[in-house]
Amino acid sequence: MDDKLIVSSSPHILDDDTTQRIMLDVAIALLPATIAAIFYFKGSAATLILLAVLTAVATEALVQKIMGRPVTINDFSAVVTGLLLGLNIPGSAAWWMPVVGSFVAIAIVKQIFGGVGHNFMNPALAGRIFLTLSWTDRMTAWITPGVDAVSTATPLAALKEAGASVPANVPSLMDTIIGNTGGSLGETSAILLILGGIYLVWRGVISAKVPGIYIGTVAVLTLLYSGFDIQYMLYHVFSGGLMIGAIYMATDYASSPVTPKGRMYFAFGCGLLTTLIRLFGAYPEGVAFSILLMNVASPLIDRYTSPRVFGEVK
Amino acid sequence: MKMKFVTFRGGIHPPEAKEATEHLKTEKAVEPTIVVIPMQQHIGAPCEPIVQAGEIVKVGQKIGEAQGFVSAPVHSSVSGIVKAVTDVPVATGNEALAVIIESDGKNEIDPSIKPKGDIEKLQPKEIVDAIKEAGIVGMGGATFPTHVKLSPPPEKNIDTIILNGAECEPYLTTDHRLMLEKPEEIVYGLKAMMKAVGVKKAYIGIENNKPDAIEVMLKAIEKEDEIKVVALQTKYPQGGEKQLIYAVTNKEVPSGGLPMEVGVIVSNVATAAQIALTIKTGMPLIERVATVTGKAIKNPKNILFKIGTPVNKLIEECGGYATTPGKLILGGPMMGNAQHTDEIPAVKGTSGILVFDQEQAKQPNPRNCIRCARCVEICPANLQPLYISENSLANRMEQAENYRALDCIECGSCSYVCPARRPLLPSIRVAKNQIIAKKREQKNNK
Repeated sequence: MDDKLIVSSSPHILDDDTTQRIMLDVAIALLPATIAAIFYFKGSAATLILLAVLTAVATEALVQKIMGRPVTINDFSAVVTGLLLGLNIPGSAAWWMPVVGSFVAIAIVKQIFGGVGHNFMNPALAGRIFLTLSWTDRMTAWITPGVDAVSTATPLAALKEAGASVPANVPSLMDTIIGNTGGSLGETSAILLILGGIYLVWRGVISAKVPGIYIGTVAVLTLLYSGFDIQYMLYHVFSGGLMIGAIYMATDYASSPVTPKGRMYFAFGCGLLTTLIRLFGAYPEGVAFSILLMNVASPLIDRYTSPRVFGEVK
Repeated sequence: MKMKFVTFRGGIHPPEAKEATEHLKTEKAVEPTIVVIPMQQHIGAPCEPIVQAGEIVKVGQKIGEAQGFVSAPVHSSVSGIVKAVTDVPVATGNEALAVIIESDGKNEIDPSIKPKGDIEKLQPKEIVDAIKEAGIVGMGGATFPTHVKLSPPPEKNIDTIILNGAECEPYLTTDHRLMLEKPEEIVYGLKAMMKAVGVKKAYIGIENNKPDAIEVMLKAIEKEDEIKVVALQTKYPQGGEKQLIYAVTNKEVPSGGLPMEVGVIVSNVATAAQIALTIKTGMPLIERVATVTGKAIKNPKNILFKIGTPVNKLIEECGGYATTPGKLILGGPMMGNAQHTDEIPAVKGTSGILVFDQEQAKQPNPRNCIRCARCVEICPANLQPLYISENSLANRMEQAENYRALDCIECGSCSYVCPARRPLLPSIRVAKNQIIAKKREQKNNK
């Protein structure tokens, strides 16, 4: 029997959570918002999201085959990237846009840099920015929810026009919370995105601190800017990509710091930049750019926030 | 019972898996016919054998002489005849010198075994000498010679002794049972240690998953003003020396330093009980308790065995294997060592014999690090295991050292939580060994 005993280094037991399980959890958490997207934006949403996911997975398999790496599509990370990208485009997008976006996200941002864990930017966000910069008109052609989709302005665009107060032409606050408003497919229903976020915190996949600090920073800064107009602040919190960005993208492992303190600075930086872009930048929305900028700063943040080693004498 | 549960930062909650044996009374193993007693069962220099083949030995007779201060003598656990003094396979995976004794079954006790007297009357030095001569080592598994711990340099001001009853390793229940079955011995041994070092303050730390042990120990110290029982949060590695000291005293042992830097000596409850036995009867360390358990063991038990009993005999006594064994671990599942054979002797540091089935023994398939930072969150030493490991695997040992590889306590929590199944601890160990080897080399070249 001796040759059958396995000899390996300790520890000899492992936690149940695996990369696969974590990615699956993120996909599960995004499910309510995905269903809402299909409910509000109908069939076109379903097609676009499906195309994004399928392209992401196919690209991952293809690139890994070409590069001679083991194919790891069963870890669900490509599914998550595809899903996030699909949720980040408008309902009016052409069918080839999610395809191009997912391809760029997986092939260029993720696989060329070494695959899962090595991407220094969030692949889905980088894909979204690539699309926005390449086809700005198409990526900002927002439509109203429903079958007779007509073009509309997002609540954030209306806020930007009006300055530091809530204009009359914005949808009701309730509509922005439940998602019955213009915007990217999956970003509009704040309440369902929060629901998924609670699931992720409960499963231990993310810490509530990152979205909490991110959203909190935006809330405080917009409150100050508007002279304590709570309604104005609430519109900023519940509209645009803040919820999906703060809960699902600023918490991306690979592209954020690993130190507990670093993650908090990262979240604060995201909130600060988002507010600055929204209030003073050329675009009405700044979530995607803010997170990407902070992604790039992550290694630096890590370096300056190394935890004090137990028993370290300084 | 109202108690505050103290703890440290970080740590993990692996399944405790203690149900199989925590309620089972300690059983005495059947008298072994042959014992194989290695000359090194401790951290430090191996012993020199002082008996030869053909010689008759008695129970408690010294058969291996300690070499140097950091060493501990070994004694015969049976009476009988020395069959051989030779190299045998031992738990380290190598071969090492051992004395093989065939028992005559009579258990005749060596005439040198005499009670040492009352601790009130013994001088501190007499207590330390008795412990040294009895070959007592840390019985939690680290096997550091206890007399060395109890002989701090005079400039170190030791004011506290902490007894470790945390038993934070999953599966193991020997300390738990000992606290329930021999609380007075533990307290007696602790008082001997306090006298030996001249301290007036002692704590017994117990995890709160053993409320019965906490209750029993509280009762045992009712009349002792200088000893307190501290309830610890159930969390691995709560029994780690530095973690235990922090939980109990709120003091951090400085990086690279020993507990005595903060005036503390930590010892295990089983070590204390052995000290009591040695002082009361004069008997050296010749037997101890191990938890024999795991899915592949038919009837898991807490078993009192004579040092040198072959591991496979102890497994046989627990009904043998329930299924084809996949992995045999001496110690607990977090820090124990996997063995390639069961034909090795159980020794002074054998606190557990854990056998997995083949399913549990399966090796995981490591994937890319996803930078989830769980290892950073749980590291009790506040390290960043992912970076030490990454640098170690890329052979950048200086970088690994900059990330403070040497502060790793090798608890294995990082490997445990890693969702990508990366070999974090094994690669950090490689870094530590190489960094230490390089330092030694530099020192020798000077």
